[in-house]
Amino acid sequence: MGRITLDKVRKAFGDIEVIPPLDLTIEDGEFVVFVGPSGCGKSTLLRLIAGLEDVSGGQIRIDREDATELPPAKRGLAMVFQSYALYPHMSVRKNIAFPMKMAGVPHDEQERRIASAAKALNLTDYLDRKPGQLSGGQRQRVAIGRAIVREPAAFLFDEPLSNLDAALRVGMRLEISELHKRLATTMIYVTHDQVEAMTMADKIVVLQAGRIEQVGTPLELYNTPRNKFVAGFIGSPKMNLIEGDAATQHGATTIGIRPEHIGISAESGLWEGVVGVSEHLGSDTFFHVKVEAVGAEPLTVRASGEVSLKYGDRVFLSPDMKNLHKFGADGLRI
Amino acid sequence: MARAVTRNRKIINTAVAWGIGLLIFFPIFWTILTSFKTEATAIADPPVLFNFHWTLENYSVVMERSNYGRFLTNSIIIAGGSTILGIIIAVPAAWSMAFVPSPRTKDILLWMLSTKMLPAVGVLYPIYLMFIRMGLLDTRLGLVIVLMLINLPIIVWMLYTYFKEIPGEILEAARMDGASLKEELIYILTPMAIPGIASTLLLNVILAWNEAFWTLNLTAAKAAPLTAFIASYSSPEGLFYAKLSAASTMAIAPILILGWFSQKQLVSGLTFGAVK
Amino acid sequence: MATQHSRSAARLMMAPAVVLLLGWMLIPLTMTLYFSFKKYLPMRGGDLGWVGFENYSRFLSSSSFWPSITATLMIVGGVLIITVVLGILLAILLNQPMWGQGVVRILVIAPFFVMPTVSALVWKNMFMDPNYGLLAYLWKFFGAQPVEWLSQASLPSIIMIVSWQWLPFATLILLTAIQSLDGEQLEASEMDGASPLARFGYIVLPHLARAITIVILIQTIFLLSIFAEIFVTTGGAFGTKTLTYLIFQRVLESQNVGLGSAGGVYAIILANIVAIFLMRIVGKNLDA
Repeated sequence: MGRITLDKVRKAFGDIEVIPPLDLTIEDGEFVVFVGPSGCGKSTLLRLIAGLEDVSGGQIRIDREDATELPPAKRGLAMVFQSYALYPHMSVRKNIAFPMKMAGVPHDEQERRIASAAKALNLTDYLDRKPGQLSGGQRQRVAIGRAIVREPAAFLFDEPLSNLDAALRVGMRLEISELHKRLATTMIYVTHDQVEAMTMADKIVVLQAGRIEQVGTPLELYNTPRNKFVAGFIGSPKMNLIEGDAATQHGATTIGIRPEHIGISAESGLWEGVVGVSEHLGSDTFFHVKVEAVGAEPLTVRASGEVSLKYGDRVFLSPDMKNLHKFGADGLRI
Repeated sequence: MARAVTRNRKIINTAVAWGIGLLIFFPIFWTILTSFKTEATAIADPPVLFNFHWTLENYSVVMERSNYGRFLTNSIIIAGGSTILGIIIAVPAAWSMAFVPSPRTKDILLWMLSTKMLPAVGVLYPIYLMFIRMGLLDTRLGLVIVLMLINLPIIVWMLYTYFKEIPGEILEAARMDGASLKEELIYILTPMAIPGIASTLLLNVILAWNEAFWTLNLTAAKAAPLTAFIASYSSPEGLFYAKLSAASTMAIAPILILGWFSQKQLVSGLTFGAVK
Repeated sequence: MATQHSRSAARLMMAPAVVLLLGWMLIPLTMTLYFSFKKYLPMRGGDLGWVGFENYSRFLSSSSFWPSITATLMIVGGVLIITVVLGILLAILLNQPMWGQGVVRILVIAPFFVMPTVSALVWKNMFMDPNYGLLAYLWKFFGAQPVEWLSQASLPSIIMIVSWQWLPFATLILLTAIQSLDGEQLEASEMDGASPLARFGYIVLPHLARAITIVILIQTIFLLSIFAEIFVTTGGAFGTKTLTYLIFQRVLESQNVGLGSAGGVYAIILANIVAIFLMRIVGKNLDA
């Protein structure tokens, strides 16, 4: 079981409050992603849950039990660190066995769990190597293996993929998602990469400056961002945010439109602009179009497939009004 | 930066470096060589290099004159004991400073180092009195304690710099894995820091071995280590070069050999862990 | 990684080292202060009562006081200059490609292993003796009059002996620092047209700043209290009486503990002045 409740949890370092009082409930078996720009307090929040930092106020409950004062070892949580934090002087087998050794799990049982974890993570052939002899992806798997064998109430991941190269990252992303489906254990995952958040999460928690900006499923956040910050943060490439006359026309201070919700044509449309840099990805093409009517920032526009427009070409853009996001002066969604 | 260097340049480098190296090493070489000469050859004019009658006589004379074994045992116990005791006390302190730093950590560290600047003579007499009163004068235990105290700041500092190299996340992982503080120190930190601890150990054994103020002033017959053994040759026996050389060789050989066998750890230790 | 729990554990684990050093510092210091205000002659009547600041003024007005300060500073300064300058040159040399680098390094480190009493004895008798010393032979070989090193050039001789002991240390630290210098930085500066001298001045030397600080700090700590080298060679004669040695003589040779203790307090003050200077510099450089 792994239902984690944060009740008015607060954290301050000296006079600086990094996390103002915050409430959050993570249901058993959920895959929750904390996402936000660096310095938003997401890692601190994870470390508070882990018990590696003291809370300055509030309560943390794990399965209804008050865990606020419990040391990390007693919380029944397992953590995978950004640097993997493998013990360099121990073999893979010893690394994975370490938490069980600390917990006094009988030897046979240790062997059984190591074997099954190694099998699931493709580590069987590497059990007697030292971490230094493994690739980045393998180290990552060992770190996960060490977490699995504890059979924890919840897994905590602290930016686990940020040290891997791009190709491996996609692979590990899938592996972690699959692991979650198989174990159905609560997982809390911290990342600054909104793509990871979108692809893996059951529920995303967007944080900024220690505050929760929005909690919801990936599609909720994508389709109905609660405020300007979430709108700009979720989605790649970013949503176009437009202020000024173009926004006031729609009764808002700011309007937002995603790149895929703008049509591009050489003949006619709402806004006239000049094509700047274009990024060709094969399946899609992103154009950065400068439109005088909406301000200095170029708009990003997505076109399917290959569209031949050159730098300096004149084009017309037509936003899809059904998918227009409107935000008021306070930044909140209207 | 593997840049090709001309062969000539390398030859010059080698010649100059070897020349300087041999020059620096020469006094030691000369001492060892002289210890195998007779007293007459030792002061021969002009000095002889290799073509002399090699003899072990000086060593047996030195052995007869004083109980080398006892001085050696004292040196080993005092240097080894003070270093090991120091490390046992310093490991927890260095752990605290490296992994739970507070705004005052650096001040405490610098304060510890500054206690090493306290001139020993300034406090010699009080220590002397205390030693008499506690019955520690001329005992190995007394010297073990004093040398541990004077080297403790260096040991703490070195261990601190080595520990700081160990990522804190690994210790946190151990904590998440259910290790208590004691288990964290025993199973994770200490094994990971073995090279650093070895360097610290070696360097401090050498410092303690060669320490010559307290060892000369706080010992007499019973606990005197090799520093005192050799000081007894200062005069007038010092003019018997061959015997002086034999005694000197016997005093420095253990450390020289230890140093050469553990060169790698020692080099890192010699930098006091402070320069990477 | 700081929880309340780990912070209190840290305090507890630091306590033994801190308490021991505090005791080691404060107890003898208090006793020294106490004695310094007394007329105390262990062999000639023991405790002869309070004398106020008399010991202090007597120590200060003694003809040996200022020379001893000069000698101390000359030895510390001289050895520091020699070892740092030669250490830098030697480190640069040892960092060049060559055959047998490991062996050369062993040769260069070796003097560090030699205990001060041994090195002082060997230098005094076998090298600096005006009749049978090796240097005397060398001088005679070139037709010069042998120098009476330890009486005519006593201070330079001692500086030389001590420098020989400490040069390995300086060289090794500086060598380690040079080896950690990023080669690309040098190549970049070479591309920018810097001459070898400019590269040394603008790239190598600043990179070595921290290592040089460490060398100065550690050596000063040890050099302020050198004892055996003087004890064995000149016994404090010929202007080599350092403050340390002067106090040693007052306490142990003339058995005047009160006077010696007053000297000890001066030595502590001197050490503190030096320490404040050093700690300022080092504290800044240690963070890097």
